[in-house]
Amino acid sequence: MNKVLEIKNLKKIYHSKETETIALKDISFTVYEGEFISIVGPSGCGKSTILSILSNTLDKSSGDIDLNNKKIAYMLQNDCLLSYLTVLDNCLIGLKIQGKVTEEDKNYVINLLNNYALGDFINKYPNSLSGGMKQRVALIRTLALKPDILLLDEPTSALDYQTSLTVSKDISKIIRQEKKTAIMVTHDINQAISMSDKIIVLTKRPATIKSIYNINLSSNNPLDRKKEKDFNDYYEKIWKDLDIYE
Amino acid sequence: MSKEHLEYLKKEKKNKLVIITSRLLILIIFIVTWELLSKLNLINSFLYSSPSKILNTIIKLINNKELFKHINITLYEVFISFSLSSIIGILIATLLWFNKRLSLIIDPYLTIINSLPKVALGPLIIIWVGASINSIIFMALLISLFTTIINIYSGFNSINKDYIIMFKSFKATKYQIFRYLILPSSLNNIIATLKINISLNLIGVIMGELLVSKQGLGYLIMYGSQVFNLDLVLTSIFILGIISYLMYYLINLINIKSKSLI
Repeated sequence: MNKVLEIKNLKKIYHSKETETIALKDISFTVYEGEFISIVGPSGCGKSTILSILSNTLDKSSGDIDLNNKKIAYMLQNDCLLSYLTVLDNCLIGLKIQGKVTEEDKNYVINLLNNYALGDFINKYPNSLSGGMKQRVALIRTLALKPDILLLDEPTSALDYQTSLTVSKDISKIIRQEKKTAIMVTHDINQAISMSDKIIVLTKRPATIKSIYNINLSSNNPLDRKKEKDFNDYYEKIWKDLDIYE
Repeated sequence: MSKEHLEYLKKEKKNKLVIITSRLLILIIFIVTWELLSKLNLINSFLYSSPSKILNTIIKLINNKELFKHINITLYEVFISFSLSSIIGILIATLLWFNKRLSLIIDPYLTIINSLPKVALGPLIIIWVGASINSIIFMALLISLFTTIINIYSGFNSINKDYIIMFKSFKATKYQIFRYLILPSSLNNIIATLKINISLNLIGVIMGELLVSKQGLGYLIMYGSQVFNLDLVLTSIFILGIISYLMYYLINLINIKSKSLI
């Protein structure tokens, strides 16, 4: 498999007037083409910081990131849909900012919207969508940029439990069908196991890598994965690694 | 439609009717009581006037072509100062948004000027700008501009940070963030600020006219009180009330229109 991203000794220090906080220390891992990677860790440990640095919205303190000229797109926790634009225009906003909305791009986005049950809402405004639909639109807006790697920051944490399950299923399906590489940050171990090929467990702040698990489950459907025998084994190992009570 | 829904609609309709009739009733009772009190000499109509005297004064002012001259002058002054303070206010707020450091530097000055009772500057303005319509517009501008800047600027800054991060991840320039995110998201706040702005300008213009003018509704109030023609004073205040209501109504219309634009 081709390497698409290599991170070596990534370090991030936050500075404030009173003190400095080391958020990340010695983070190194490699991402291969088509992989779905999840990063889990205790809350506040700096999971999202990794994505912010990769998406270039935050500067790293030191370390190397080798992107091999791959294109990255970032999907935030908040769907960030613009209430004054239609669903289609929302999906095209990233391309518009980069100054290149071709007919081909437009058709690509319309196809995605049609394929993922949003065809009736192309010219509607976000206020007519449900929470799960909004998250799907946000994902399609990210895909519209035709990235090689998608960064997903807690993509379902703003949703209720049931919607979160269906959205996880949708995201997993869409990313696998479009053959994308993805790095997802989540606090939910269940979600991580049910969606990913590889899970990186971080320690408490300052975050370092505690362990990396390759997830070998036969199904790619998150809902089916939960029924598999090994699911709970993974869960227990990762839960132990998180050291919540120490 | 179900029976329950029909009943619900009926109830809503009745509710609305009660509100509208009550509103009208308050106005009618107020006018009739005032008129009766004055007719029965229970209040001194020389001091407190009466609805019929106000009506007579309006007719008189229309007949000698005075009324619309004064209304026009006041409206003209409000229009000029409102346009100036809205345009300059939005421009300065934009400049401050683009230049965070500048906004931090001038922040205390903005706060001081905004909290200063501008009417205290009245005599100075007359001396500096001259006893003319310019003084009045300047006064209104001084009263409305800083509130406009502060309100619009804080609206620009209240946009959820996640949206800005998303735009940055698209590699948007600062101009693009402003054009595609900040400005359209602030539209409601801008309209709300303009609503406040228009009444502040009306206050400013009347204040200016009270201090220095030979025309306008503020002048009529000042003149009326000087010659003890209180009918004229109350008539002018009555017309001012109608004008400020109409202006508010107009901005509301713009609000609805602009929502359908974006």
